[in-house]
Amino acid sequence: MITAGIDMGSRSVKVVLLEEIKVDGAPQLNYSVKKAHLMMPGDIDADQAAEKAFTEALAAAGVSRDQVTSVFATGAGRKQVEFATEGVTEMTAGAKGAVFMYPQARTVVDVGAEEGRGIKTDSDGKAIDFAGNEKCAAGAGSFAEAMSRALQMSLKEFGEASLRSDKSIPMNAQCTVFAESEVVSLIHSATPKEDIAKAVLDAVASRVCAMVRRVGIEGNVVLIGGMVHNPGFVASLKNAMDVDQVLLPDLPEFVSALGCALIAAERQH
Amino acid sequence: MIANYGYKDGSGEYYISIDTDKCIDCAANRACLTACPKEMFEMITDDYDDEVAWVKKSNTRTLAYDCAECKPAGGHTSLPCTTACTPGAIKHSW
Amino acid sequence: MNAEVAAATVAEAAPEKKEFWRWQENVWFDETKNWKDAKVITCGIDVGSVSSQAVIVCDGELFGYNSMRTGNNSPDSAKNALQGIMDKIGMKLEDIHYVVGTGYGRVNVPFAHKAITEIACHARGANYMGGNKVRTILDMGGQDCKAIHCDEKGKVTNFLMNDKCAAGTGRGMEVISDLMQIPIAELGPRSFDVDVEPEAVSSICVVFAKSEALGLLKAGYTKNKVIAAYCQAMAERVVSLLERIGVEEGFFITGGIAKNPGVVKRIERILGIKAVDTKIDSQIAGALGAALFGYTLMQKQAKAA
Ligand code: SF4
Ligand code: SF4
Repeated sequence: MITAGIDMGSRSVKVVLLEEIKVDGAPQLNYSVKKAHLMMPGDIDADQAAEKAFTEALAAAGVSRDQVTSVFATGAGRKQVEFATEGVTEMTAGAKGAVFMYPQARTVVDVGAEEGRGIKTDSDGKAIDFAGNEKCAAGAGSFAEAMSRALQMSLKEFGEASLRSDKSIPMNAQCTVFAESEVVSLIHSATPKEDIAKAVLDAVASRVCAMVRRVGIEGNVVLIGGMVHNPGFVASLKNAMDVDQVLLPDLPEFVSALGCALIAAERQH
Repeated sequence: MIANYGYKDGSGEYYISIDTDKCIDCAANRACLTACPKEMFEMITDDYDDEVAWVKKSNTRTLAYDCAECKPAGGHTSLPCTTACTPGAIKHSW
Repeated sequence: MNAEVAAATVAEAAPEKKEFWRWQENVWFDETKNWKDAKVITCGIDVGSVSSQAVIVCDGELFGYNSMRTGNNSPDSAKNALQGIMDKIGMKLEDIHYVVGTGYGRVNVPFAHKAITEIACHARGANYMGGNKVRTILDMGGQDCKAIHCDEKGKVTNFLMNDKCAAGTGRGMEVISDLMQIPIAELGPRSFDVDVEPEAVSSICVVFAKSEALGLLKAGYTKNKVIAAYCQAMAERVVSLLERIGVEEGFFITGGIAKNPGVVKRIERILGIKAVDTKIDSQIAGALGAALFGYTLMQKQAKAA
């Protein structure tokens, strides 16, 4: 049996195909991910993007469309995936995927470009509670992105630079738009780039952390979403949450799509 | 006067309102100052020369985060600040 | 990473640093009067994040003002603003009896006798400019937005300020002006030059609204139509702030945005109330209120003496 999970983010579509096979009579799950179709900012043809990503994923995996018994969608644009049988929330999908990868995880932190949230989950990967800071660009990755642009660094360089700083400069501006001017004036006052980078990532981490505290930090913490690729952010987050370890999956952007495919598979039983 | 401290952004509306008419002759002995774990209340003399509490400037742009711990996602029944303020001068918008 | 590619696209679309947002600067004084005839001369200085104003009030009546862009250094901005009007009318600092500072840089007006918040000053200024029927005041500044409810004396009864989020501030307008490469003063008129009024941009957040605006352009909207959708979103946003303090007839708009009909007319349309007209430059409301406070304080002192 093959199911698919599609995560319609604001920037890209992520597709995961999940196959259940029998190994010595016991069911086992195999999944393949397809790096997704990229959407341009403000792309409004999200349904076409989903279609394209799905077709590419099928081709890459050598699976035909009618082999897929069920397609579930998640993400902000999930309703635009016309060929999906059902939609699940990002919380449900994220918790499911994270616990599948790390069965001991109970706190899931999901930070993508446009959203940051904390999810509390049970041992089955069922989301119990969540708190997020959505629809404000200051609460997630795009805040860091905008600031790295102001510093003329790539997001990767930006994250690495922040690791070289041991200063904590507080940022006054809470809004992405105002923070850009603040960063510019920090540059003018000759503040080292790595200190600025750390200030920015600390700011995002503390906002995300406040949201996670609303659900309570319990058991193992796993971070999913694009910001996993930013080591500076991970360090800032650990510090803000005051935990020793944050589990980091290999393909952090695909965890929600995977969770979605898992839920689709469960419903088939 | 109703003084609203806080903000509204893309994610929601976060205001702490202080009814200064109730605050002027505080019957609770300025209990808000010590009740709030984030110490965000402070006494000021306002533009009309009244001694009232306000929310510190450093908190007015971060209320959603500052009050996060008093407001667990699972719901909350009482807040330290509004409970301490027996005259009922303090209100939260969220 | 995906996000980076997307970000690069946005950066490409962003314009080079041209000043599409520059606000008008101006000096004015009442040529029918002579300040030397006045018994009490007070001055209000409003140092805002974007512009600074100095207002001269003679015996409780507006005499003259200067409005200019705020420099990097607040004390200088305060001084320059005042110097601008004093030079024009041949006044010296010693001629002024009382100076009140307001605005975010109010503590940085070194020669002020007193600092009063912009909330109280705007209410007082609006009460003078729009008359004592003014109850609801909206002030949209460069980096904040204030909604004030006041009584017939111009005393504040309810207020809120939003200086956290760029949505609904002059800065939000600058972003669209930059994006469209259209001077800020043209945004209003252009926003009405559309075949049908589009729906508002759905994101409140300026960052997301900007992506949305780009998407609309891509989808074939004309620039004017995108501007209209953005202005409508600004208007809806501002109205939601006003509703928190309660909207009443006697609606007065101050600050830079008052000059943008694209937003103002849409606010009026949503509220079903027309803003009170005034001949005086709406940007000086705060400084004017400050100068009027100064006059009241002088009178009190005179009585006490
Ligand atoms: S909710 Fe808690 S943190 Fe917020 S003001 Fe009240 S006491 Fe302080
Ligand atoms: S404009 Fe700034 S504060 Fe407002 S929603 Fe966007 S990022 Fe958040």
